[in-house]
Amino acid sequence: MAKSLTQEFVKGLWDEVPPFRLVLGLCPVLAVTKSVENGIGMGVATTFVLVGSNVLVSALRKLIPAKVRIACYIVIIATFVTVVELLMQAFQYELYLKLGIFIPLIVVNCIVLGRAEAFASKNGPVRSLLDGLGIGLGFTCSLAALASVRELLGTGYLTIWKDWGLVYHIFGSAYKPFSFMIEAPGAFMALGLMLCLMNLVGKK
Amino acid sequence: MGDLFVLVVSCILINNILLAQYLGNCPFLGTSKKMETAIGMAMAVVFVLVMAGVITWMTNTFFLVKFDLEYLRTVAFILVIASLVQFVEMFLKKSIPALYAGLGIFLPLITTNCAVMGVCLINVNEEYTFMQALVASFGYAVGFGLALILFAGVREKTLLARVPRPLQDTSIALVTAGILSLTFMAFKGMV
Repeated sequence: MAKSLTQEFVKGLWDEVPPFRLVLGLCPVLAVTKSVENGIGMGVATTFVLVGSNVLVSALRKLIPAKVRIACYIVIIATFVTVVELLMQAFQYELYLKLGIFIPLIVVNCIVLGRAEAFASKNGPVRSLLDGLGIGLGFTCSLAALASVRELLGTGYLTIWKDWGLVYHIFGSAYKPFSFMIEAPGAFMALGLMLCLMNLVGKK
Repeated sequence: MGDLFVLVVSCILINNILLAQYLGNCPFLGTSKKMETAIGMAMAVVFVLVMAGVITWMTNTFFLVKFDLEYLRTVAFILVIASLVQFVEMFLKKSIPALYAGLGIFLPLITTNCAVMGVCLINVNEEYTFMQALVASFGYAVGFGLALILFAGVREKTLLARVPRPLQDTSIALVTAGILSLTFMAFKGMV
């Protein structure tokens, strides 16, 4: 049975939320979640690429020959990544510098290619748009959730968006930062434990 | 010569691509369940990464920079890597079938391995010379293989342990990777 349009959107938020349910695209998840701001920035950039490539792939799905489809998808995705790169250089330069190499690396993020191949190549543009938005939003929320755990324990701060002054010093100055959480091992463990938590509460 | 040695050591151990730079985690978790697949993947990565590092370095220096096309870097690099992987696959199939059978399905997977693309971008961002780019690509590739094989060894052991249900599979693997990454942190400050 075909899903309703709302269902296409909502499934990305819980049932198929990317880094947890589909264990894909882990590199940016681990690397940029040092602060909530970075997580949100990365999530929005990925969502943009995901929506753009999903719509274009689905609009062109009858024209793309099956044999060279992966190459075509990659070119489409790479184009959108370049657009994001240039936009961020123009409007969010500081964030662009912080995320650094991980913005061009959206091109090899398995989530984006995965959605193009598994969803957009079989469904119409409207459905693909909603699918992209849902998965992208789910991805952004997961990044923000993981980042808030890591940043809060690792520094005692929560930086939601610096430009708007949304920086909170939650634990006060008496808190001794647990800087392990900011480093690489903390990233792996925090993600592993969050996954465990999701398994514990989620229906399987 | 000394500089290059320092570079290779720092690429393998200190800036280990998997455990310190967070690149290439999908194959790290995906192919580490069995030792054999881990070794296959490690070999395929060493093979392709060195070639990709050198070729994208040349593409960047002799083509993109020369014609002022640096904003096309992402598109150009992914195309170069994808066609290189395809070419290597065809070449191995024809000339060294034994190696091809060994690497098997891991070759096509490498196109979307962010470690490969990541190293190519690092080489360019750090403005390495040709020799440095070659040595760094090799170092990162060996570091990838080392971490992957070590991790596969540990993961095979965790199969025998009694893991609580919600922690099973990916979850325990990530915690294990965290501990492994902790040991690699000890190399910091060595150079």
